[in-house]
Amino acid sequence: MILVILDILSWICLLTGSFLGISGAVGLFRFPDFFTRIHASGVTDTMCTVLIIGGLMLQAESWQMVAKLLMILLLLTYTSPTSAHSLAKSAIRGGLRPTLGSGD
Amino acid sequence: MVNLIDIVLMGLLLITAFAIVRMRDLFAIVMLFSIYSLASASFFVNLDAVDVALTEAAVGAGISTVLMLGTLAMTRRHEERRPRQPHLLPLFIVAVTGAVLIYGTLDMPHFADPAAPIHQHVVPRYIEQSGTEIGIPNIVASILASYRGFDTLGETAVVFTAGLGVLTLLGRFGRREELSDGRSMYHDMILRVIGKALVPLMLLFALYVQFHGELGPGGGFQAGVVAAAAFILYSIVFGWDRAQKIISPFALNIMMACGVSLYALVGVAGMLLGGEFLNYNVLGSYPAGGQHLGIFLVELGVGITVAAVMLSIYFDFAARLAVRKLEGE
Amino acid sequence: MYIAATAAILIVMTLAVIRAVMGPTLYDRILAGNMFGTKTVLLIAIMSAVAGRADMVDIALMYALINFIGTIAVLRYFEYWSEEEEKAES
Repeated sequence: MILVILDILSWICLLTGSFLGISGAVGLFRFPDFFTRIHASGVTDTMCTVLIIGGLMLQAESWQMVAKLLMILLLLTYTSPTSAHSLAKSAIRGGLRPTLGSGD
Repeated sequence: MVNLIDIVLMGLLLITAFAIVRMRDLFAIVMLFSIYSLASASFFVNLDAVDVALTEAAVGAGISTVLMLGTLAMTRRHEERRPRQPHLLPLFIVAVTGAVLIYGTLDMPHFADPAAPIHQHVVPRYIEQSGTEIGIPNIVASILASYRGFDTLGETAVVFTAGLGVLTLLGRFGRREELSDGRSMYHDMILRVIGKALVPLMLLFALYVQFHGELGPGGGFQAGVVAAAAFILYSIVFGWDRAQKIISPFALNIMMACGVSLYALVGVAGMLLGGEFLNYNVLGSYPAGGQHLGIFLVELGVGITVAAVMLSIYFDFAARLAVRKLEGE
Repeated sequence: MYIAATAAILIVMTLAVIRAVMGPTLYDRILAGNMFGTKTVLLIAIMSAVAGRADMVDIALMYALINFIGTIAVLRYFEYWSEEEEKAES
């Protein structure tokens, strides 16, 4: 019984994660400006990663694998916001400016 | 499904390679090289070659990118646009050479053909006998460090020579304490905190990969690269002068030599105890125990040398950049 | 289920490569490279879950570390190079 629940939960997590990943990638492709693209990439880095690794952890076969997947998750949560922050800061210092709207 | 992943990854490799050839912006080409290495590493994982994938990911996407960037910072950013003359003679020579090579491969056995000579003699011996003769689960490590240990000694010597070559070319500068490369990332507090927290984790992971290499993917090369990457991260975030205070180039030179010497000394110890050069069976009270000890020491030697060489090459590049900055002021 | 997740990640990787090739500024390319790195980590984690081997996850762990260093190194050297250019022009 509990195996069926774990199965369904991991199905949901993996499919939602895939959907968010694809939506983030399409956003990367279609957004007009660099700073908005950081947002799209951030969606894939955080939510997609958490859901997919969470789905894999529910289906893992040994505690060793759960521990390793948890470490990957912690590491990615720790480093991908820092990369995005450094990238944005570097872009501002390099002179790139966001394209602003036409105003209301 | 396995074939689908193969096809898509190969397609990505093609797109990236084509873009590398056509682009002129060298920084962008460095990023594309890193993407290329990653796609290759995924491809190797798909082919079930985990040791190779680990090394490719660590070296190709990490250290190689950093060293190429260090080189780029000393030169121009854009390639020159060459005049568009058709070069027919080189194209003809390349096409003929390629055709001859492809013709040469038609005679070879098919990929993964069970009747190929390599699968008749060498591979069954390694797969069947490695468990009893050597006793470690990772057959790749046993082939690398024990069956073909002499080749690995040569590879370690090559890595050491590369480090020596870079040291000779990029030179030694006198009073190094005065040089500073600006510490331009020091003002960013988030990066400082995260960088400082990641360095001990990476060193711990390097030790894990080193000593776990007998049981899973890993070994000396990969561990050395990750350890060097930890120090390179510290040096990038906190500045080259601070990194030099932690581990000085003099210590790196000693470590470079110690690794290769350790490997050679294990071989000589085998000779002194009655066997041949690099025979590990005589190192312990029973042959498999001797093999364990020999492989452990030899991988340690490889790891020390690779870490020291990578870090030394990076420090040489950073010293060049710092001197240029000082002369420019 | 794994097939769907693998296919989705491969699509994301392809779009990231296209952005890396197309992106008008250098920063777009760095962003795409970083994203490609995290997707490789996920792809290797899924492949190791399908194969059932826990030791392939080490590769993903190493890659997550190295990706970060690659991005920070590009930013550091690009800033360094831009500073030099400004000094050379001024």
